[in-house]
This record gives sequence, structure tokens and C-alpha cells, in this order.
Amino acid sequence: MKPTPMQTIPLKQSRTLRIEILRHNPADPDSHPHLQVFEIEEAETMTLFIALTEIRQTQDASLQFDFVCRAGICGSCGMLINGRPGLACRTLTRELPDTIRLAPLPGFELIGDLSVNTGKWMRGMSERLETWVHRENIEAIDIDAVEQRMAPELAEQLYELERCIECGCCIAACGTAQMHEDFVGAAGLNQIARFRLDPRDTRSDADYYELVGDESGVFGCMTLLGCEDYCPKNLPLAVQLAFLRRKMARQGL
Amino acid sequence: MQIIYTDVLVVGGGLAGQRVAIGARRRGLDTIVLSLVPAKRSHSSAAQGGMQASLGNCLGGAGDNEDIHFADTVRGSDWGADQAVVRMFAHTAPKAIRELTAWGVPFNRVASGERTISVDGESKVISEPDESHGLITARNFGGTAKWRACYVSDGTGHAMLYTMSNRAIAEKIPVHERMEAVALICDGPRCCGAIVRNLMSGELLAYVAKATCIATGGYGRIYRVSTNAVINEGIGAAIALQTGVATLGNMEAVQFHPTGIFPAGILVTEGCRGDGGLLLDGAGHRFMPDYEPEQRELASRDVVSRRMEEHIAAGHGAQSRFGEHLWLDIRLLGEAHIASKLREVKEICQYFLGVDPAQELIPVRPAQHYSMGGIRTDHNGHSQTLTGLFAAGEAACWDMHGFNRLGGNSVAETVVAGMIVGESIADFCASDAGALTVSTTLVQESLRREEGRLQAIANSTGDESVYELTGLMQDTMTRNVGIFREGEKLQEAVADLRSLQQRAAAIRLRSTARGASPELVATYRLRHMLRLAQCTAYGALQRTESRGAHFRADFPRRDDSQWLKRTLARWPDPDADTPELSYEALDIARMEIPPGWRGYGERDYIAHADSARRQQQIDALLADVPETDRAARQQALMPFRHLLPAHLRADNQRVGDGQ
Ligand SMILES: Cc1cc2nc3c(=O)[nH]c(=O)nc-3n(C[C@H](O)[C@H](O)[C@H](O)COP(=O)(O)OP(=O)(O)OC[C@H]3O[C@@H](n4cnc5c(N)ncnc54)[C@H](O)[C@@H]3O)c2cc1C
Ligand code: FES
Repeated sequence: MKPTPMQTIPLKQSRTLRIEILRHNPADPDSHPHLQVFEIEEAETMTLFIALTEIRQTQDASLQFDFVCRAGICGSCGMLINGRPGLACRTLTRELPDTIRLAPLPGFELIGDLSVNTGKWMRGMSERLETWVHRENIEAIDIDAVEQRMAPELAEQLYELERCIECGCCIAACGTAQMHEDFVGAAGLNQIARFRLDPRDTRSDADYYELVGDESGVFGCMTLLGCEDYCPKNLPLAVQLAFLRRKMARQGL
Repeated sequence: MQIIYTDVLVVGGGLAGQRVAIGARRRGLDTIVLSLVPAKRSHSSAAQGGMQASLGNCLGGAGDNEDIHFADTVRGSDWGADQAVVRMFAHTAPKAIRELTAWGVPFNRVASGERTISVDGESKVISEPDESHGLITARNFGGTAKWRACYVSDGTGHAMLYTMSNRAIAEKIPVHERMEAVALICDGPRCCGAIVRNLMSGELLAYVAKATCIATGGYGRIYRVSTNAVINEGIGAAIALQTGVATLGNMEAVQFHPTGIFPAGILVTEGCRGDGGLLLDGAGHRFMPDYEPEQRELASRDVVSRRMEEHIAAGHGAQSRFGEHLWLDIRLLGEAHIASKLREVKEICQYFLGVDPAQELIPVRPAQHYSMGGIRTDHNGHSQTLTGLFAAGEAACWDMHGFNRLGGNSVAETVVAGMIVGESIADFCASDAGALTVSTTLVQESLRREEGRLQAIANSTGDESVYELTGLMQDTMTRNVGIFREGEKLQEAVADLRSLQQRAAAIRLRSTARGASPELVATYRLRHMLRLAQCTAYGALQRTESRGAHFRADFPRRDDSQWLKRTLARWPDPDADTPELSYEALDIARMEIPPGWRGYGERDYIAHADSARRQQQIDALLADVPETDRAARQQALMPFRHLLPAHLRADNQRVGDGQ
């Protein structure tokens, strides 16, 4: 079988992109939020990671943004791209119009320009929801012995929920999270669903109810489902939230 | 001036750093972790394919044990590794994975009964054993005799790092995020902590600690084309080098992974080939069996990458507007397998190439991937020259990888090293040597020196641009210190790097922004990276042989008679333009497996006289020990268990034991 030539969608024609960035540096008392416009020549297979790096290197060295893996894996680069939350590193410019407006994810502390402190938010969520396996004597497990068995399908289901990369897109897309600062959001509720499913975790529904059985938890969700629409990992958030709500409602009776 | 006091300072929040921290914390020590980014975003999260541990549960892993894992790793290293450390590692890896499993990692499990797999281009039906149902399964990886890479789909690193981070949160270990160690505080040959820059506010502070552990990952970004995250700039190793006291080991040992997607260099896992994927050339021909009949696509990475480049150079590449490349074909694995076991690969192909790998070929070419070199330590992770400085993970060279790391051995190493080094740090802190008295004056001086350095950069009136110089460094490294090396090109790289070092002193910042200042960050890091690059290039120039990933076209044979030794680099004179190199011999008389042919790659090497002698001795030592008693045979050749913390010494149990 002869391979096909490398498939790339041909560029319409070489474009000049107009990139408008919402800028603000809280470390500078004279800074105030404003849009700054940059123009760059589009290149083939250009991603927003490449475009922003180029702008920083050739036009404005003070521009702040966060990229780590640049492969859609680590969750660092969530931002609003023409108003929609998404991962900038894997967004190809050829899929965007000539004018691209970028803004930091709302709902998180601003570090500067496109950089927001999702890490702090997520750590707070983990501490609050205790997103780890709870079991007796976890410090004294026998690591010489053969591991406990688990149904192969269950391991796969757990991974399905474990794929969250804590990018914050679901929080930025969530009406409740934008209005109520202490709402744990889909990212948090998904963690509860994940540990609830895990037989290694000995917590009961009563314990989970303590954590999320109120308006800042599962009953705060207005089922607008922006979270699922914008989740870059396509996590089954709507189903999980509905399921968890039913379980928690029963628990609350 | 803010000074933070702690018992243990761990620089790095990846798998290695966090496991070290958990170990130290459990021994009752105050422990703080620093990370450039939120810990869960560390590069460990990008590991895809798997973690090697000889559980031997699945059919392909049947009969596996520590001995085979050990032998694979030593051969993979091209005999560059410290065999005692490899033993410690192979023995502890099953414990590491069982611990992680108990903590919550959802490793994929064996499903008993028949299933269809793809081997050597053909589909084949195998039957997984009933007694293993529900135990951790494994996939095939390069350079291994057994299926040993345990995995969570192809998000293995992500699942491991999340579980590890959550465990650290549960154990209340503070992680100071967006904090960068920019220098070590040293009192002569004693490390007392680090000067740290807050990457959000730009402010400098001092952390004073009895023990400082560097777990900052690799330095892949000294190259232009790399699978590494953009934060993998090696600053941890570089600040150790800057002390002039600590040494770096084998910096010239750099791994190139066969399957970076072309041209972006983003990785698609070795699991693609492990699961049955093939490499094709521009004409659609499967070429690896022509070069490597024994292991084909699954020879070790150094060998496969070289064969690929060789094949392209011979005119068999596929053409594209970005240059030449080869193809990875995983279509034969089928839609269902790709959608469940190679999900990240599927997403990467979709987003970055617009390709559906179940239907189309993936353009690939080797890209820089892993740093075997790093901070030289003993088997406890302790620097032999700078007391109180420890290292673990990819940043370290306790030397279990030698000149080539096997796929799946790195994430396993990070956790194993964490389990061992966390303990040795706690032992150190409890010992007399661990006591620390450090004067505030010394800390203030260190802080002021760093302030001065940053100020000098901000005030510089030169006319160089940091981004241009960074690009030039990466170009010369990729062009001249890549997969195929030779004297002339290496000379060129050394000269280029010298001139870049000079030019870097004249970098002028374009922006005067307050706070984080990304341009300032790039500038101070570049100076560090240039030194690491020089250690790599200069070490490669001096090493006139080929070993593992270090291949010299002008010296194509491995030369055990001259080069069975580890390169150590020190940089005592800050104004020097090259490091001071010395060499540490590997002692064949203490090896469990004396140097020989790896079982793949070049057969031709220059033997060391001691190899045959040691082999005779081994034969004699084993003559009276029964074949069946593998523990006694191992013990007769190279005892290692006493090197491990007491609670890690016991035998690993397996499902087939006693049969
Ligand atoms: C794409 C890819 C896929 C891979 N897949 C596999 C695989 O399938 N199997 C396998 O075994 N290996 C794999 N590897 C290799 C493996 O992932 C890494 O070697 C390993 O995860 C390194 O872990 P670490 O803890 O040593 O460092 P990292 O995870 O890189 O963590 C480094 C930490 O140090 C911090 N840091 C760095 N510098 C500083 C500083 N100056 N101050 C403060 N903090 C600092 C960072 O913020 C980070 O927290 C892969 C590597 C890549 C690039
Ligand atoms: S940089 Fe890692 S997801 Fe975008």
C-alpha cells in the first residue's frame, strides 16, 4: 500500500493575522486592562502557542502567558479564544478568522495578561474535596505482595474520569462558577464522581454529601452544561453531574 | 529579605520530587516543594506509554522478573550504567507500582481469555491466563525481553502524577508554585538551600534547608527539536554546576526518540510500536527488519533513531514541504484499540496534523527526548562533592541509564528514586553531617549576589537579543550535537557555544515591565543553558567512541578498552568558557554482566581485557549454585540489597510464585 502524501489543509492564501490581546499587569500600579493589537504573518501549521511565542520574541517581550507541554496534555494554556474557553497550544490559527481576540480565563486570579492562577484554584479544590483515595493505614500497605485485583472495565472507567487536566475551561464556561466564587465546578464534581467509583476509596455517600451536598457543590449546578461543551478532553461531565446529583439528593433525604 | 527555614527543600514538583517529599515528610521532616508551574503540570504528566516493572502478570510478561529487567536495562545502557543502581531499581520497581496502585492509579488490568493482537505486521490471537485476571497488565516496549511497560491507556504519566500530587496534598506537603530556584546557597562544600525567584512578582527570597534535593527534570530545550515541555531547561542541573563544587555526569548522553511527529516534534509514544505499529519509508516499505532482524521496530531507541536517520540519508525518506520524514503506521491496530489504548496519540494526530491515525499514516522523525546526564550522585542520591545536595529523577545521574534509557524506565525511576532518596535524605538529616549552622550573613550575601546578577542584566546596554541567541544555541546543538556526531561538527558546536556565551553578556532587555518579566527569565536561563550545552558538546567531543545514544561517525565502535568510564563535568571558574572534565572508571570486576553485545545494533566493539576475566570468574562463582536459585546466584555475583532502605529489601511476590 502506498502512503498518501502528508495531509495538511492547504492555506487559502498567506494571511496577516490580527491578534487582539486583553492585557493587564497587576504588578504594575500604572497598568489598566486594555486591548492591544498585534499583527503577524500566519505560517503553516501555526498554533496559538507558536503565534504568541513569536509575538513575545519579536514585538512585545513583556507579554505573559503559560505554556508547558505545548501538546494539549498539561492543562496550562486555557484562555478565551474569540470568547470561548480552549487550549491555546493545540488551536491552529487556520481554524480561526483573520481577527483573533484572546483574553485570560475568567474566574481565576489574574497573574498578568493571559496568565491566570488555575493552579492555586485547583489545589484549593483538591484540599477541600480531599481528592485522594481514603483508606485505613495507607502508610503501611504491603508493597511486596501481589496487588489487589480490579475489573479491567472498572480501571478503564476510572481513567475516563481521571483524564481531567485541570485547565479551568469548565470553570470559565460555567454560569454558576462565575457568579459564586466557592462553587466547586465540574472539575471538582468530576473528582467526586471519580473517587466515588473507586473501590479503593472507603468513603461513603454520606461523606461525599458532607463535601458537595449543597449549593457550593452539586446543587449549585444550573445544568447549563457549558462545562461539557468546552471540556478539551471531552469528559462525560453532564452524565456524571446528573448521576451525582441524584445520588446526593437521595443521600440528603 | 525573606528567609524560609525548612528541614528539606525539594526543587521540582514532578514525580521524582513529590515522591522524595512524601518520603521525607513521613519521616517527620518539614519539607517544602518548589515548582516552576503547578505541580500537576510538571512534565511527568506528559509521559504516555508506560512504566516498567517486572510484575509478569500478562501473557507477554510471563516469567518476567528482576533479573531480566536488570539485564535489559544494562544492555540498553550499553554498559554505561552503574549495575548496583540498576539492581536497586529493578528490585524496587514492582514495589513502586504497587504503592502507586494502592494510592489510586488506575493501571490497566489483564482481561483473561482470548484477544487479537498485532505482532510483526500480522494479527494473532492470544489467550491471557485466568489466574491473572484483574492484575496489572503490560505492553511491549523497545529493548525489552518481556512485556513489562505497565500503563494507563497512553496517559500513564498523567495518572501517576495526579495520584502522586494528590497524595502529597493529603500529607499536607506545601508546594510553592511558580517559584524558581536560581542559585544554591553554599558554605564551601556544604549546600544550605537555595535562592528562589517568585515568577509572579519577580521578588527574590532565600530557602535555608538541611538537605536540598534537585528533581527538576531534563534539559531537552537546549535543542531545537525536542519532545520536551518548554520548561525543560535544566536550570536545576545548571545551578548545581554553577557552585563549582557539584559535578554533572555523562552530559553528552542525550536520547533521541524515534517518533516525534513531524515537524512539531511532539511525541507519540513507543507504545505505538510496542502494540504492533510499524515504521515505513517514503515508498511505503517496512525498513527496520532490513537493519535489525532481531528486534526490528523494537530495538532500543538509540538504535532505531539511528537507523531511521540512516535510511533517510540513503534517500528513502518521504518528502514534505517541511523536509524529509518517515511514517509510523498504526492503522493495523484498529480503531477500537487506538480509541482506548492510544487516546492521546489520536488526539495529538487529530489536532496537530489533521490526521486520523486509524486511517492514515503519521509523519515522524527522531527528536531529542531524554537527558541521561545530570547531577552526579551516589546510589543514595547524594552528591559526592557537595554535602547536603541530593538529586533524583531525570535531573540526576545516579546512573541507572548509562548511555541509553529504555522506554518506560524513566517514570519507574522517578518513583523508585523518590522512595530511596527520600529515606536517605531523612537519614542524612538525622546524622551529625545533617546538622546545619548557617550564618545570616552568608544567606544575605548569596541573595545579594543574585540580586546583583539580575540587576546587571536589567541594566545591560549591549545590543544582543536573548531570543535570537537562544535560537542559535538550539540550532547548533541540533545540527552538530545530534544523533550522528563527528569531531569537526563538535568542534564547531564548542566554538559556537563559546561565542554565544560571550554574546550573552551583552543581551539587552527590550521590555522594562515590572513583576514576572518573561524576557528577564529567558536571559538568566540562557546563561545557564549555554553552560549545560557546552558540557554536552564538549563531553561529546572528548568521547572518541560510540556508546548508546552517543554516536561518533568518526569513531563508530564502542571502545571498552578506553572509554568504559563516566564523564564528570565541573565548572569551578565562572569565567572559563569550557567545563573541567574528569572521568570515573566503571569497574568490570564488580559487574554482574560484563560488557558484550547488546543483542541488537552494532556487533562490533573493542573489548576490555577484564571482560573475559570477569566472565570466567562469574562462571566459576556460579558453578556450584543451582540454576533454580536465582536469588543465590545474584547474591554470589553482586550483592545489592544492603544498599536499599531496610523496608525495601524483601522479595517481590508474583502470581505465578511456587509453580
Ligand atoms: C513526551 C514525553 C513522553 C514520555 N513518556 C514516557 C513514558 O511513557 N515512560 C517513561 O518511563 N518515561 C517517559 N518520559 C520521560 C519521563 O516522563 C520523564 O523523564 C520524567 O517524568 C521526569 O520526571 P521528573 O520528576 O524527574 O521531572 P519533571 O516531571 O520534568 O518535573 C520537573 C519539576 O521541576 C520543576 N522545576 C524545574 N526547574 C526548576 C527550578 N529551577 N526551580 C523550581 N522548580 C523547578 C518543574 O516545575 C517540575 O515540577 C516521557 C517524556 C516525554 C518528554
Ligand atoms: S501547554 Fe499543555 S495543554 Fe497547552
